[in-house]
Amino acid sequence: MAKMTLEDLRKLRESKQDALRKRDVEGKDCQVIVGMGTCGIAAGAKVVLDAFLSELEAKGIENVSVTQTGCMGLCHVEPTVEVIVPGMPDVIYGNVDAKVVKQIVADHIIGKKLVSEHVFDKPAADILKKD
Amino acid sequence: MAFRNYILVCGGTGCESSRSEEIYQNLIKECEAQGVKDEVQVIKTGCFGFCEQGPIVKILPEDAFYVKVKPEDAKELVAEHIIKGREVTRLLYDKNQSKRNTKVEDIQFYQKQFRIVLRNCGKIDPENIDEYIARDGYEALEKALFEMTPEQIVDELKTAGLRGRGGAGFPTWMKWNFTKSSPGEIKYVVCNADEGDPGAYMDRSTLEGDPHSVLEAMTICGKAIGAHQGFIYIRAEYPLAIHRLEVAMKQSREYGLLGKDILGSGFDFDIEIRLGAGAFVCGEETALLQSIEGHRGMPQPRPPFPAVKGLWGKPTCINNVETFANVAVIINKGGNWFNKIGTDDSHGTKVFALTGKIANSGLVEVPMGTTLREIVFDIGGGIANGKKFKAVQTGGPSGGVITEENLDTPIDFGGLIKIGSMMGSGGMIVMDEDDCIVDVAKFYLNFSVDESCGKCAPCRIGGRSLLHILDKITCGNGTLEDIDTIHKIAHAMQKGALCALGQTTPNPVLSGLRYFPEEYRAHIVDKKCPAGKCKKLITYVIDPAKCIGCTACARKCPVGAISGERKQPHKINTAACIKCGACYATCKFGAISIH
Repeated sequence: MAKMTLEDLRKLRESKQDALRKRDVEGKDCQVIVGMGTCGIAAGAKVVLDAFLSELEAKGIENVSVTQTGCMGLCHVEPTVEVIVPGMPDVIYGNVDAKVVKQIVADHIIGKKLVSEHVFDKPAADILKKD
Repeated sequence: MAFRNYILVCGGTGCESSRSEEIYQNLIKECEAQGVKDEVQVIKTGCFGFCEQGPIVKILPEDAFYVKVKPEDAKELVAEHIIKGREVTRLLYDKNQSKRNTKVEDIQFYQKQFRIVLRNCGKIDPENIDEYIARDGYEALEKALFEMTPEQIVDELKTAGLRGRGGAGFPTWMKWNFTKSSPGEIKYVVCNADEGDPGAYMDRSTLEGDPHSVLEAMTICGKAIGAHQGFIYIRAEYPLAIHRLEVAMKQSREYGLLGKDILGSGFDFDIEIRLGAGAFVCGEETALLQSIEGHRGMPQPRPPFPAVKGLWGKPTCINNVETFANVAVIINKGGNWFNKIGTDDSHGTKVFALTGKIANSGLVEVPMGTTLREIVFDIGGGIANGKKFKAVQTGGPSGGVITEENLDTPIDFGGLIKIGSMMGSGGMIVMDEDDCIVDVAKFYLNFSVDESCGKCAPCRIGGRSLLHILDKITCGNGTLEDIDTIHKIAHAMQKGALCALGQTTPNPVLSGLRYFPEEYRAHIVDKKCPAGKCKKLITYVIDPAKCIGCTACARKCPVGAISGERKQPHKINTAACIKCGACYATCKFGAISIH
């Protein structure tokens, strides 16, 4: 790169800041957890994970961390995604694809509304002890 | 597309010597082999500070903290963590913590720390200037070049109350101000990276993990004092730090952040590296300047101070690495922000290299005023192997011991001097009950005598005489008059030596005498070494009542000094015994004791 002026430096900082902020763990209060067991991957969880990353980037949302987990036990409705947003119930969505991802981001994460047709509860959540 | 995972691998010297480079390469290979190379970024960062547990690999965004990783683990980390989203429990620092709870902040080692100097270490790739810039890098330089006058820069440091982190604690703003107001067209900025205390590696880690923070600060200093050339004096034994500095300087020049007309401001500044051969005395500023000029590294009488007459007779501002690493943050956040951290006597934080008989050895940065107890027991996890705490040596060979009774003293420049030690550059060596205070003093004295440049008599002759006396004492030939002689020699050295090396050489002996007089008496009067360290003063004895005749000790003894029948109590021939302690370590029945 050629020598920079003050303007160039500021521009570079801004663009790189966004990239680095994605790495930050702090300040991310929402979580999207994609079930990526063998069943999930076979059903297309990989596409879902990528879709979340690009959708969040496109919408400029920065407080959401996208992570993955193993099989959640809902193999019949894979791919499954757990979404945790403060002030809302923790929800597991089933039969998620790239289209549903857009819906989840728009309605659940931004609009704070559940995407009802895809909600699945945690299996046997009622008999698990709450602590 | 955005990366979905970031793998941070520690690239500090400590972890690199435990094959972290191989881990880094293997992770890249595995990401490629398992088809996720476009989704995962593998980054080599600076020291995480938690060296005891190295090599360290951190995976984001899960914030999984993997410790003691081996190159062979790369495959499993990628296959399990990245592909399947399952943490590799056996490598996690806290294996009992469930997923999503293994936050780095929860690790006790990091809880009481506050990072200014090490703000970027373990977070960014030190060989990528963009990452430094993204974390507010070179923003302070912008301010200094375009918005501030030299006076304002110096004033900001004055408000901050930053004191030199090299050991003496001289107010940094005064140094800058002296050099600034010294007449002369040509002036120099020098960074002292000649870290020499045994067990200290704060500066090395800062340079390895965040080289730009020092380059930026030196340029700001250049603007403040009116210098256009800087030198970094670093020892040749720090190849990785030198390499990272060279890479950083090259990138800075390409970006126009070093060199002519920086950022179009019209200000020129460039930096060169000067390698030292590793002489301890070259950490002394006048000796350091001699060495840069190509002379033998020997201290010069002061005044004139370097701020008036330094490198090639020109006004020169010398600061240590850690001091510089604070500057950009102070300019960015303001002196008033910095001023509120720490104590009235010392502001900001201090980095310590915690080593010795401590459970979590590593690099820690704490606000000034933190007590030694917090550092040793909360952050350091206490003494390794359940032994009893004895003392901490701060200030390296120039400092002294801090004992149990002073553990609650808040650590700052003034506080440590009051209890007979000193801040030094930040080495902190923890001793347990097995360490002999006379032996430790002898070790440091040996170091200082070796490193004395020999120019002035008090240091050259005084140091050797002290060492001779300690030798006598540890061999059981000491007399009580020797204690008086020690005090006399020490006094002469403190008054007469030319530089700090000679003046502080007696410190470890004096502080040992002050806090452990009974241990010196035991060596001199009773001819005993209570810690069992001084070989001439101990004998190993087998208790016939406890010995079951397993023959383990006899087989271990390298000189065949142990005899006895099977299933019969054994005996040590003290005349043949070389006191290596192998039998003592071998016996499972506690039958061998030290007298």
